[in-house]
Amino acid sequence: MNPEIVFTSAFWSWWIIALTLANILGCWWLISWSAKKVPGEAASGQVTGHRWDGDLQEYNNPLPRWWLWLFYFTLVFSLGYLALYPGLGKLPGLLGWTPQKQYQEEIAAAEAAYQPLFAGYARIPIARLSKDPQAVKIGQRLFVNYCAGCHGSDARGNPGFPDLSDDEWLYGGDARTIEKTILDGRNGVMPAWREVVGDPGIDQLVAYVRGLAGLDANTAQAAKGETLFSTYCVGCHGGDAGGNPALGAPNLRDRVWLYGGSAADVGESIANGRNGHMPAHRDFLGSEKTHLLAAFIYSLSQQ
Amino acid sequence: MDAQATYNYKVVRQFTIMTVVWGIVGMLVGVVIAAEMVWPQLGMDLPWLQFGRLRPLHTNAVIFAFGGSALFATSYYVVQRTCQTRLFGDRLAAFTFWGWTTVIVLAAITLPLGITTSKEYAELEWPIDILIAFVWIAYAVVFFGTIAKRRVPHIYVANWFYGAFILTVAVLHLVNSAALPVSLSKSYSVYPGAIDAMVQWWYGHNAVGFFLTAGFLGMMYYFVPKQAGRPIYSYRLSVVHFWALISTYMWAGPHHLHYTALPAWAQSLGMVFSLILLAPSWGGMINGIMTLSGAWHKLRTDPILKFLIVSLSFYGMSTFEGPMMSIKTVNALSHYTDWTIGHVHSGALGWVAMVSIGAVYFLIPKLFGQTQMFSIRLIDWHFWMSTIGVVLYIVAMWIAGVMQGLMWRAVNDDGTLTYSFVESLQATYPFYFVRLLGGALFFIGMLLMAYNVYKTVSGVQPEDAPVAQTA
Repeated sequence: MNPEIVFTSAFWSWWIIALTLANILGCWWLISWSAKKVPGEAASGQVTGHRWDGDLQEYNNPLPRWWLWLFYFTLVFSLGYLALYPGLGKLPGLLGWTPQKQYQEEIAAAEAAYQPLFAGYARIPIARLSKDPQAVKIGQRLFVNYCAGCHGSDARGNPGFPDLSDDEWLYGGDARTIEKTILDGRNGVMPAWREVVGDPGIDQLVAYVRGLAGLDANTAQAAKGETLFSTYCVGCHGGDAGGNPALGAPNLRDRVWLYGGSAADVGESIANGRNGHMPAHRDFLGSEKTHLLAAFIYSLSQQ
Repeated sequence: MDAQATYNYKVVRQFTIMTVVWGIVGMLVGVVIAAEMVWPQLGMDLPWLQFGRLRPLHTNAVIFAFGGSALFATSYYVVQRTCQTRLFGDRLAAFTFWGWTTVIVLAAITLPLGITTSKEYAELEWPIDILIAFVWIAYAVVFFGTIAKRRVPHIYVANWFYGAFILTVAVLHLVNSAALPVSLSKSYSVYPGAIDAMVQWWYGHNAVGFFLTAGFLGMMYYFVPKQAGRPIYSYRLSVVHFWALISTYMWAGPHHLHYTALPAWAQSLGMVFSLILLAPSWGGMINGIMTLSGAWHKLRTDPILKFLIVSLSFYGMSTFEGPMMSIKTVNALSHYTDWTIGHVHSGALGWVAMVSIGAVYFLIPKLFGQTQMFSIRLIDWHFWMSTIGVVLYIVAMWIAGVMQGLMWRAVNDDGTLTYSFVESLQATYPFYFVRLLGGALFFIGMLLMAYNVYKTVSGVQPEDAPVAQTA
């Protein structure tokens, strides 16, 4: 018995079997019965004698032969299919086929075909792989299918999703760190500060932070912002605002902005906070494919 | 008394005119969203102009507003003429018109606002669902009431199909729309998980099978023999394909859920009954097309007959394509691609819209006391625009769909996917453009129809025809 076919009771299994066969065999009876001539009825090419709305009438031509055979063929096929595959209630079908088995077999076949290739690359350090055009190409294919949705097909990122093609890194850009980021994911949390510093405080911090990056800012406001910054922000972003890769706190002195560098965007980041989430791929892609993916991403910042 | 009795043409006129109006509205929305697929910026960042909100408006407008009005109009016309008695319940019939029209207006307001159950073809929220239920029950009373007081001994075949359509849609609507309301504009389905999906597609496929097939076969069985002036090809065939069609359609829904969490046995049943459906479906096509034997020459001069016969050809093609797509191996390629969209439109435009257009061109002069439409030439133009439009549409979607399916499954030597999703989308753009052209052509044809209808009916004081005497 197939463990994947579960009914709440044997009744429902028999119910399905009975209804299914009744309908298929009912069709069989219907066409074989109506293919026979009935004594006394109108012959082929003659009207039945009924008449509606003036001129509506019906011939009584026999069922076209080819159509009957088509009907019979689909009925025979269906009964055969239901004998071979699951379909009649709890009966598993003579072939013992299940979708789960088909999936496992296809995955196993793919593993057998491709695993040696990936296992070979897994033994080579990422720094060396990043100079192997074939390995980088495979990594790029993986990237385009699994990463491009957020980071873009050119890896240049999107608002909230870091640009991976430059040399700026939230958590560090060495090969091992990149691999770890992909395998285990990251959670980058910027708390919301509006309740703490108030709206004027937000404006002052915006002026100071934009000033750090050399962007146009009100210097009087920025001076006040510096005081707030040294109280609330240095814990994560550092005294020099250079960021902290252990926390994924960004460097604020450059002009790379994860959530945008306009006064409005920076104000939103400070006032309401941000939650960045990079999902873990260890279970999904496995360590060998991640290794190649890391090599591709590492190669982008090595050019 | 019967000598003075007339048919109730008022409600038929109302629904017939609204068929043209809603056809134009629904197809216009279709053209807009087809354009959005080519130029997404047309949504202009307004929530109620986005594809996701306009798409259900399009489907509801063409299926239930356009198709529904066509079914109401023709079934009311056919049932009284073939029962040779006035429609049962004048006021109830009037209620179905105003009720149905209210449903459509409410749909046109709530769907763009994002108020939706998110069940495909059943998106309307519970208060509208309740109104639909009342209208539908009234419809059933009017229809079967008329059958009950018929003045001919036999029930004409068109009425079997209309009757099956009315009864089944009532059951489908009541079961699938069962929901727990949490506010006026939000409810949750009473069914959990995979069961909800199964109930939804039992409804969804039978909406195709009974609303868009059985109902329109009823239409075909009246207007084809009438326009051709020939008897139906085979009474026997109509009996067999009627019973086979309505019994097997009920099972076909699971083919929408191949390779999902739906149990394998249910998927198998959906597939085999979809295959069995091929012959019963073709029974209707054979009966319609063969009715023309002996009158083929009429196709040269009669564009209304052209609409009806070409609609049957598209019906035959779609009902061959459908069973093929339900085969799991084929479905693995076609599912989630634009092939499905092409298939639906070869049925919806090629079959449903074209048979309805033919019926409307037949009805308008008769309902408004004219001998024929204002311009036969314009009907011919409409016919060719519709036919070329449908062909452009479905060929573009076939190519796009098969291409998408092949691109999604292509793998490199290293087992990675050859194409990203975005690459398959880029490759589809030219076909989206051809689809837009085809849809626009079909839509412009509808505008010709509106003009032709306007010129035929304007300034006319319509009168109801007297009920025919029984032989």
